[in-house]
Amino acid sequence: MTRYFTEDHEWIEVDGDTATVGITDYAQGQLGDIVFVEVPAEGTALERGGEAAVVESVKAASDVYSPVSGTVIEGNPALEEDPALVNTAPEGEGWFFKLRIDDPAELDGLVDEGAYKAFCDTL
Amino acid sequence: MSDNEQPIETQALPLDAWHRARGARMVPFAGYAMPIHYAGPQGGIMAEHLWVREHAGLFDVSHMGQLIVEGEGAAEALERILPGDVSALKSGRIRYSLLLAEDGGILDDLMVTNVSQAGDPPRYYLVVNGATKWDDIAFLREHLPDEITLTHLDNRGLLALQGPEAAVVLDSVAPGAADDLYFMQAAAADWHGETLWIGRGGYTGEDGFELSFPAERLSELADALIADERVRPVGLGARDSLRLEAGLPLYGHDLDESVDPVEGGAAFAVSKRRRQEGGFHGAKRILSHLADGPANKLVGLAVDGRVPVREGATIYASDAPVGRVTSGGFGPSVGAPIAMGFVETQYSAPGTPLEAEVRGRRVPLTVETMPFIPHRYHRKGTQA
Repeated sequence: MTRYFTEDHEWIEVDGDTATVGITDYAQGQLGDIVFVEVPAEGTALERGGEAAVVESVKAASDVYSPVSGTVIEGNPALEEDPALVNTAPEGEGWFFKLRIDDPAELDGLVDEGAYKAFCDTL
Repeated sequence: MSDNEQPIETQALPLDAWHRARGARMVPFAGYAMPIHYAGPQGGIMAEHLWVREHAGLFDVSHMGQLIVEGEGAAEALERILPGDVSALKSGRIRYSLLLAEDGGILDDLMVTNVSQAGDPPRYYLVVNGATKWDDIAFLREHLPDEITLTHLDNRGLLALQGPEAAVVLDSVAPGAADDLYFMQAAAADWHGETLWIGRGGYTGEDGFELSFPAERLSELADALIADERVRPVGLGARDSLRLEAGLPLYGHDLDESVDPVEGGAAFAVSKRRRQEGGFHGAKRILSHLADGPANKLVGLAVDGRVPVREGATIYASDAPVGRVTSGGFGPSVGAPIAMGFVETQYSAPGTPLEAEVRGRRVPLTVETMPFIPHRYHRKGTQA
């Protein structure tokens, strides 16, 4: 399995033609306490860079974009009861959704963890 | 993910370095770089908010405008532009009031304190919102008579110490300075050779103080207060969630120039004598709205479920749009999303079921009496 990152602070872990998407630890730190997450329903068609989910902190709502195009297999049901999982385990149990990837070539436009960390250091 | 913060040119607060040393996340607000919350396990909006309700939080509100209006006839001059009974405000007393445009629209909300000394000309201390202070100053210069002096105290900083342990902490830092103060009363004290102005009140619904002190020595006061383990620094994020739970309006959101005090749900700020006598900006419009009753009211809204309902959401009574949300978010002490907004008066009774539209879907709301969390001010005749 390979994990990629976007400059919009999403991560995507690829396993064959499916993948899991969430937001990074850096992102949750910037957002602060998460109080609500709206994840996409199974079957939703997502476009690369398009709005996929909404994450709400005490202060504000932010969009989460899909790193690649694909069809949603599952939204994380645990976030409904416990949205704070995004704060405590952003790159693990606090994942947002799983999708079936349309075109693996889109992954070429993403960066690896080292490049993402270097990008965050410039912010 | 994304956020919508636009980089704009910002000034530094007197305590800029103090905040950054405590891991503050600084954001532009009212023309200043301001701490929205602090780092670490004790930081974050939720933890800071809950700390204020249990203990005491220290807020830097030095972005706000501190003004002095003085001279013979200052009360009468202020009464042209404020609908409060300034003449009846005794020395050492604070009142909430509204700065009124000539048409009666609300230019700002503010606190006015009578700081007159016996034998001297009348003197009033005004604290106005940071985002509006330059416009307020220009407006006051235009509308106050020449014999009244307006001074912008831009050399003073302002801290707010808020929470049930604020009084005991302040007493340990400035012994006796606030002993005789109840809610909405003010006094001056000497603190390490400088004059500390203390007003009892604040913007959280808790007991607390606003502390005005020379900006160049403000960090000494902040350090002395924060040295007490009952006090933690609290950012703008929790300031907003605390005031929302306390049912206190935020200028530019719940109140603005498009509404007069009656339309804005702030009719209480039009004093009894002023209602009888008029003589203030927009009096004709405002008194007529008082007589007829307002078409819309600012109400509290309890949200059913977990979806936060934010500013700008349209409010519906079945299919008809009947209002809009002016402030909304999660209430950490309530443990649920809460909001306030304007609705047509016929839908303003507590218990009225309404809906708000969020991302194309309807979220159920119920009109609720504010405050959402009871005020715990230190009033005369109350315990503690």
